[in-house]
Amino acid sequence: MNTGETAINRIRIEVPQSSARPVAPARPAAHAPGIEEAAKGQAPEAAVTIEAIDPAQVEVEVEKVNLWYGAKQALFDINLTFAKNKVTALIGPSGCGKSTLLRCFNRMNDLVDICRMEGTIRVGGRDIRDPALDATELRKNVGMVFQKPNPFPKTIYENVAYGPRIQGVRGREKLDVIVERSIRQAALWDEVKDRLNDSALGLSGGQQQRLCIARAVAVEPEVLLMDEPCSALDPISTGRIEDLMIDLKEKYTILIVTHNMQQAARVSDYTAYMLMGEMIEYRETKELFSRPRDKRTEDYITGRFG
Amino acid sequence: MSRKPNILRRGTPFIWLTGGALAMSLLLVAGMLLLILWKGLGFFWQKDLTLLRLNNGSAVLGEIVEREAIPDLDSPGAPPKMRVKVKQGNRDLYGADFVWVREDEIAERERPEDALAVERLGWGDFFGYLKEIRDGDKVLAGGGAEGLAKLQELLSADYELRARIAKVEKNQIGAINDAIHGAELELKKLAYYGTTMGPEVDAQKALLAEHQKTYDELVLDLTALRRKQTVSVTLTAEGGAMSGGQQKEKTLPISELVEVLQPNRMGLGAKAAHYASQLWSFVSTDPRESNTEGGVFPAIFGTVLMVLIMSIFVTPFGVLAAFYLREYAKQGRWVSVVRIAVNNLAGVPSIVFGVFGVGFFIHFVGAGIDNAFFPYMGNTPVFHSGGILWASLTLALMTVPVVIVATEEGLAAIPKSMREGSLALGATKFETTWSIVLPAVMPSILTGLILAMARAAGEVAPLMITGVVKIAPALPVSASFPFGLERQFMHLGFHIFDLGFQSPNVDAARPMVYATTLLLIVLVLVLNIGAIWIRNRLRQKYSAATAAI
Repeated sequence: MNTGETAINRIRIEVPQSSARPVAPARPAAHAPGIEEAAKGQAPEAAVTIEAIDPAQVEVEVEKVNLWYGAKQALFDINLTFAKNKVTALIGPSGCGKSTLLRCFNRMNDLVDICRMEGTIRVGGRDIRDPALDATELRKNVGMVFQKPNPFPKTIYENVAYGPRIQGVRGREKLDVIVERSIRQAALWDEVKDRLNDSALGLSGGQQQRLCIARAVAVEPEVLLMDEPCSALDPISTGRIEDLMIDLKEKYTILIVTHNMQQAARVSDYTAYMLMGEMIEYRETKELFSRPRDKRTEDYITGRFG
Repeated sequence: MSRKPNILRRGTPFIWLTGGALAMSLLLVAGMLLLILWKGLGFFWQKDLTLLRLNNGSAVLGEIVEREAIPDLDSPGAPPKMRVKVKQGNRDLYGADFVWVREDEIAERERPEDALAVERLGWGDFFGYLKEIRDGDKVLAGGGAEGLAKLQELLSADYELRARIAKVEKNQIGAINDAIHGAELELKKLAYYGTTMGPEVDAQKALLAEHQKTYDELVLDLTALRRKQTVSVTLTAEGGAMSGGQQKEKTLPISELVEVLQPNRMGLGAKAAHYASQLWSFVSTDPRESNTEGGVFPAIFGTVLMVLIMSIFVTPFGVLAAFYLREYAKQGRWVSVVRIAVNNLAGVPSIVFGVFGVGFFIHFVGAGIDNAFFPYMGNTPVFHSGGILWASLTLALMTVPVVIVATEEGLAAIPKSMREGSLALGATKFETTWSIVLPAVMPSILTGLILAMARAAGEVAPLMITGVVKIAPALPVSASFPFGLERQFMHLGFHIFDLGFQSPNVDAARPMVYATTLLLIVLVLVLNIGAIWIRNRLRQKYSAATAAI
């Protein structure tokens, strides 16, 4: 009994805005209802979404997206728009489909044979499944940073130059410029400028992740997808990358998946809460954390489950 | 109630068992290597010569190589009588290289200082004394120290002469022979396609006549050079201990002598220097006397070349197949079946591949090539017979599963995140495979290649039927098409088999078997170390395994 209360209190202290609502002490987290129960406990209702995004500022639109892995449906009727030059966080318990949704935007799900998607996703106004648009062209516009740092087993320089080279940039001077600019954007320049020709694998985890960010921005995408980019990093590296995201949103539209609600609260302008493949609530971050409108969102952000 | 688990439950005997098994394997390997090292390296050491005077008045001069108890079934309890095995050499005089002498028949053992060990081109070693040196009928010197000095002087003069003869024989006459052969082939070719007269034929005929003239001149030169080798050496031998014992004389032309030593006068330094020169001539000269004498250079050359040709074929094929299996094929039952089949292919006895090589490469592909490109050769096969190309391809086929398996394992170990990282930057699958996956899998490919080379270098059975011969007339390389690839070649593994079990003088050849075995091991080691060195350099460059995090 006590454990449940402690857990709740801990979360509540960290997210003080949520204390506005009373917490039912009768439901200890030790046997907190499973996700299913939480979902079934409520009558299905339309997701609570924002209306405030100016249509002119929309970068990514998601319309009636349903997605299946074989026979199992992973996303249910997702409708969303993401604002340009903002950070939008996708939060939710494990397996809720937030990473799956993220990987739809650069068609990484194409690599999974059994994956099937219905609905429309537009990036920069263009349908990503337009037959005239090649996946490689889309991915140039929609960069991605992965959960674990995955630098190539090449030098630091070659890691960053890889994308531009693939896009056909030739010439050492041009590449030098791109590499320096990208590494500076990723706030890594001062640490690696003297060892650009060393192996990228010799960097620390946090440096590797910033290198991956540099690598992603080197091809100048419009949108930057980040799939739990800090989950393998220590708090100091995490702080650096969070600062970096706030800097980067001036140039890019950033979508970040995170398990860490504090992180979402710190870096994002908008936050979407997903559960069981459904979009539950999507609003401005401050609003969502301070005054969740959906009971399920509230349960999640107050640590009732997940 | 705390009960100590008994010894069986704690597994102490099991630890001993595992440790024992490992120790046993290590001992076996170490023992094998030591035996081969000892016997192989001992071969080149010049032993002292001993003169045994026997009770019956006869004597035998030679190297004592072995001592053993005489099996005595009549009186099992008695102290054993011993006998020694003497290498008396002089096979042409006494019929056998080796002779057993009972120790109780030996009256005296001497170590004659002026005894000679003579290495000669034919008939094996000669042990004896110098009697005189003649040039035609003229006596140049007698025996003794001054005779020997004169002999060494004449010998070094003759070495120079031999070098000149070899140059004429091998380089000049060899080249002319090739040219004559080429012109004859051209004529054959023209005749086959219906041209029996006309300018082309005349040109070839003129060329042929010119070559023939040069050839005749060279042969004259050669005869003149050979005429200069007039010195002959008369030696006396002591031996035939078992047949009453006779001193015999032998006169040899100086051109027959390879080296004349006085082993009993040689100090440790001189012997060491001689050892080094023997070792060098073993790896750098051609064999003589149906392979039981001389060096093994053609066999080394053939082995290395065959392994290299095999590597050139096996690596791309194995790597491409592995890439398809792991990167492109839809994983499922069919791919699993293929994978199992490939793995099992590695366990097929090598002679099966040899038979396939004969049936497919030689009698099908080779015959096809001969029909298509060399129809004018008539009944003389070019590719329609065993050769280094077919042997290498057969071995490539045999070792391709090794490369496939190693490459596949390497591909499986490359984290998915690495590929996704590349794809997410807008690279195509091919670009990802080429610039990210291939460099990262390179160390695994080389591991596969190392294993394949080790297996191929030691394989003999399939080679015996696809192109290896006891003595090849020429090295399997040439400057003109088809670059000697069609030629038969010599191979160290087969050489060992041939020396040890097929030679007319197995006893005399046995030390050479060990020396050749040692050489084969060293060769495999060198090839492997080379490949491992390259792999480690690549690993440092692309340490993919540690990149995965």
